[in-house]
Amino acid sequence: MSGIAGQGRTGNGIVHIAVLVIVILWVMPTFGLLVSSLRDKDLLAVSGWWTALTTTERNEVGRANPPADQVEEAPVYVISGNLFEADGGAEVTRFGISIQDPEAFDAGTTADLKDGGTVTINPDGSYRLTSPEPFEGSRGQRLFYTAAFPPEFTLQNYEEVLSSEGIGQSFINSLTVAVPATIIPILIAAFAAYALAWMKFPGRALLLSVVVGLLVVPLQMSLIPLLKLYNDVGEIFGVPAKTYVGIWLAHTGFGMPLAIYLLRNYIRGLPGEIMESARIDGASDFDIFMRIVLPLSMPALAAFAIFQFLWVWNDLLVAMVFLSNSSDQLVLTGRLRELLGSRGGNWEILTASAFVSILVPVAVFFSLQRFLVRGLLAGSVKG
Amino acid sequence: MQQLLGALVAIVLGVGACALYYFAANTILDLIFPFRDASPRAVRNQKISSVIRPWLFLGPALLVLGVYLVYPVFDSIRLSFYDRSGEEFVGLSNYVWAFGDTSFRSSIFNNLLWLIVVPALSTGFGLLIAYLTDRIWWGNIAKSLIFMPMAISFIGASVIWKFIYDYRSEGSTQIGLLNAIVEGLGFAPEAWITIPFWNNFFLMIILVWIQTGFAMVILSAALRGVPDETIEAAIIDGARGWQLFFYIMIPQIWGTIAVVWTTITILVLKVFDIVLAMTNGQWDTQVLANLMFDWMFRGGGDFGRGATIAVVIMIAVIPIMIWNIRRMNAEER
Amino acid sequence: MAAVELIDLKKSFGAVDVIKGVDLDIQQGEFIVFVGPSGCGKSTLLRLIAGLEEITSGTLKIADNVVNDVPPSKRGIAMVFQSYALYPHMSVFNNMAFGMKLARASSDEIQKRVSAAAEMLQLTPLLTRLPRQLSGGQRQRVAIGRAIVRDPQVFLFDEPLSNLDAALRVATRIEISKLNERMVDTTMIYVTHDQVEAMTLADRIVVLNAGLVEQVGTPMELYLHPDNLFVAQFIGSPAMNVVPCVIEAGGESSVVRAEGGNPVTTDVAVPGSAKGSKGMVGVRPEDLKLANGGETIFTGTVEIVEKLGEVTLIYVKVGNYEEPVLAKLVGIVDVNRGETVELAALAKDLHVFDDKGKAYKRKRT
Repeated sequence: MSGIAGQGRTGNGIVHIAVLVIVILWVMPTFGLLVSSLRDKDLLAVSGWWTALTTTERNEVGRANPPADQVEEAPVYVISGNLFEADGGAEVTRFGISIQDPEAFDAGTTADLKDGGTVTINPDGSYRLTSPEPFEGSRGQRLFYTAAFPPEFTLQNYEEVLSSEGIGQSFINSLTVAVPATIIPILIAAFAAYALAWMKFPGRALLLSVVVGLLVVPLQMSLIPLLKLYNDVGEIFGVPAKTYVGIWLAHTGFGMPLAIYLLRNYIRGLPGEIMESARIDGASDFDIFMRIVLPLSMPALAAFAIFQFLWVWNDLLVAMVFLSNSSDQLVLTGRLRELLGSRGGNWEILTASAFVSILVPVAVFFSLQRFLVRGLLAGSVKG
Repeated sequence: MQQLLGALVAIVLGVGACALYYFAANTILDLIFPFRDASPRAVRNQKISSVIRPWLFLGPALLVLGVYLVYPVFDSIRLSFYDRSGEEFVGLSNYVWAFGDTSFRSSIFNNLLWLIVVPALSTGFGLLIAYLTDRIWWGNIAKSLIFMPMAISFIGASVIWKFIYDYRSEGSTQIGLLNAIVEGLGFAPEAWITIPFWNNFFLMIILVWIQTGFAMVILSAALRGVPDETIEAAIIDGARGWQLFFYIMIPQIWGTIAVVWTTITILVLKVFDIVLAMTNGQWDTQVLANLMFDWMFRGGGDFGRGATIAVVIMIAVIPIMIWNIRRMNAEER
Repeated sequence: MAAVELIDLKKSFGAVDVIKGVDLDIQQGEFIVFVGPSGCGKSTLLRLIAGLEEITSGTLKIADNVVNDVPPSKRGIAMVFQSYALYPHMSVFNNMAFGMKLARASSDEIQKRVSAAAEMLQLTPLLTRLPRQLSGGQRQRVAIGRAIVRDPQVFLFDEPLSNLDAALRVATRIEISKLNERMVDTTMIYVTHDQVEAMTLADRIVVLNAGLVEQVGTPMELYLHPDNLFVAQFIGSPAMNVVPCVIEAGGESSVVRAEGGNPVTTDVAVPGSAKGSKGMVGVRPEDLKLANGGETIFTGTVEIVEKLGEVTLIYVKVGNYEEPVLAKLVGIVDVNRGETVELAALAKDLHVFDDKGKAYKRKRT
């Protein structure tokens, strides 16, 4: 369509810019989260994440080593050291010796003190204090400086949330919920989908309508009766009401209509001749399903598996109802919600935790996007 | 680690049990009604087993659907006529309560707002982006990035956006992007999610951000399905840019637009995590799904009122449900 | 005055040259057909004229104006697409009126023009229907009607009959032919791969191959005096037999000897200098007869016999040449597989080509 005569090329430039703006708008929130989670938590609290991407200049106060560290280099006493703990690439531009004038001197020059001593601070942060008299007191002298700090990132926040904030445990809990809750429904749905697609029995059309109807039944309708049911079952059999088995089955149930619908549409689209020819070769429905339909349906199975995995991993509601709040059952989404309440202002913890929680689905998304798109289209575009 | 091992065992057992069920059920059926010879009995047996077999295939699925979806629908309706513990019949009093309750009424109002704004914006943006990205060479990369929020949980998205809306009192450095921009433009920063009425929109943006990708993917496929020749014919007829889009392309994908719209509508009715995480219904942002969750657990739980709210959500879904079933039946024919 | 003029027109998609320089003058009111095998560029050439593809180089004039950069809707053209390209969401009336509505014509004017076109094509009772409620033939007529309403100077058809079944194709072909007679001032350019359509509809045929024009001429010109092997074999069905030969004598009535055959005299003028050179001798299947003792061109073994009633087709293996020679004999002829037959043709029906595939001039009768 790009070759229509008499259409100017200017329109295309606008399209590029418009899409670029939209993409930036859409990516910015997640990008901000990622950058923030990698920043030092003290900086995170006082400056926007966008400042972390460029070299920033800040006024800082440091303290020289205490007089106990002085050495005598006749005729003077010297204290030396470095303002920066590690070599992070920061560069001192100005420095001062009093709070009134923190930018009095250029880095690399020597400032004279009233008592005959000197202070030198070099751009790399190394300093040298001299004094004709021995330094006294227990604390080092305060040094004021302005420095340009390059972008600086750390994994410290991740270390913290994975260990002490329970995100690590919740990650395992989420996996425990998501993997079985993804795999178990597939087989059950596939058999049902085959029956609905290719077997003849009375009530098939009605059942199909029921499945399509159940596709949109809000989860909320199921919560209270199932909560009661689980409590009753727990009481009668003397088992806990909130178990992993319980949530696997719940997710299996809630995912079932979509699974049947997607797979049925796909299986119905397989060429009927293949199945008829297998039947003439003496295959039973069971053989046909296992040896022909199942292998041919892999793309649809993959599409559903991705859906179900994303949905289960990202689910909060079902987990809050069917699992307890104890740390061995709290999934990532639940933990995140709890942190929002208890650590609402601690952005270093929230951002790192949130990023851990979206890491797996986003990875799944980017690696298997093809199947996801195919599944979406099969699920909704028909007709 | 032990826990993961347990999960692995569960997968093996669960899948194994399913496979075993199907295999055993089929084998037993074949043993009871053998049909592999040519006798008249075998012919009769084959007929019998072909009647039974579909139900063996469907059995587990029907059981799961029945327990987790069909039974609860009826039980929720029943419970909506009972008291908080679900034991005493109270007639319509839960409904009477609901329509007199201010937070319920404000939830209805907010839900209506969500129902209008979110599907409209998501579908509109999705359509626009689908149209634009289809005409540039890096469109697929752009689409992939815009689609990505779809993989993020509502709660994760809430954290992301709460950070954007973060508010520090005037004078201190704003670390929330929105307030930083607002300040940069010379206005005073605001605590966005506490401004009644407008805060609803700040919450909706989160869902729009997530759902636009979904709309875009589906509408992009639909737009690509519009025959090139109809567009070329329109070009010869003298249609240009926006005329092609609105007169020729959009009318040909109305069906898909409706599907996208209704799918997002249903999602909106169920949305709960975002409100729970952002405001928990404070500052007039309550919605039905969150209100229901609230009543389910408030003070040990009021099952009657919770169920009543669920039924109201269900009633809102029914028209779409009927439309879907009709569409499917029309397709089958 | 040329209605459409193509001067060294070229089109490439990336590194692929699709149209490699086409010159063509089309007169007003002419019916021109582009034919050629698939991939020869005939549809691309039509789309260049329509403006649906940008011209890479060269000049395109319509009514003596250079229109290289004029948008399609301003070129005074209308186009009928292979798939009809009806707007599925508009009624027949609106399909036909869409272009005029965009041009902000008055509703009276629209009404008048659409009614007239509908009347001409017997579409009046269908005006309120949607395209999906129409049969294939009706859709085709709507597509033509939509083009008529535009009142074009140049009417473009892109394989308009290929989606119709055989019976409807004949009927619609005749309609297009009538339409052409009625619209005497309108130039028509028609793309097809079907040579029956080309032969029956065209005032002049343009044979395209691999992005170049092989020959332009009236149908009979192409049939009787093909310029080269390609045209000779493309026009006419079944295709002309072509067998390697040696030119034994030049002159106004040259003498050639086909592989595995005898020397025969032709009505083709071959320069004397070509004597002894290799070439190809061509003869149409319908011009071959069983020789009854006269001068034979080919002697060979019958490989296949197909009796169709009105004609009998025999495939004869001649010498060591791998392609069998096909003879189309009138009526039911009693020939069997494995028989040796002698085939003859009149001198005036022979074609001779040089070793590059260029035809030597035949005597005009």
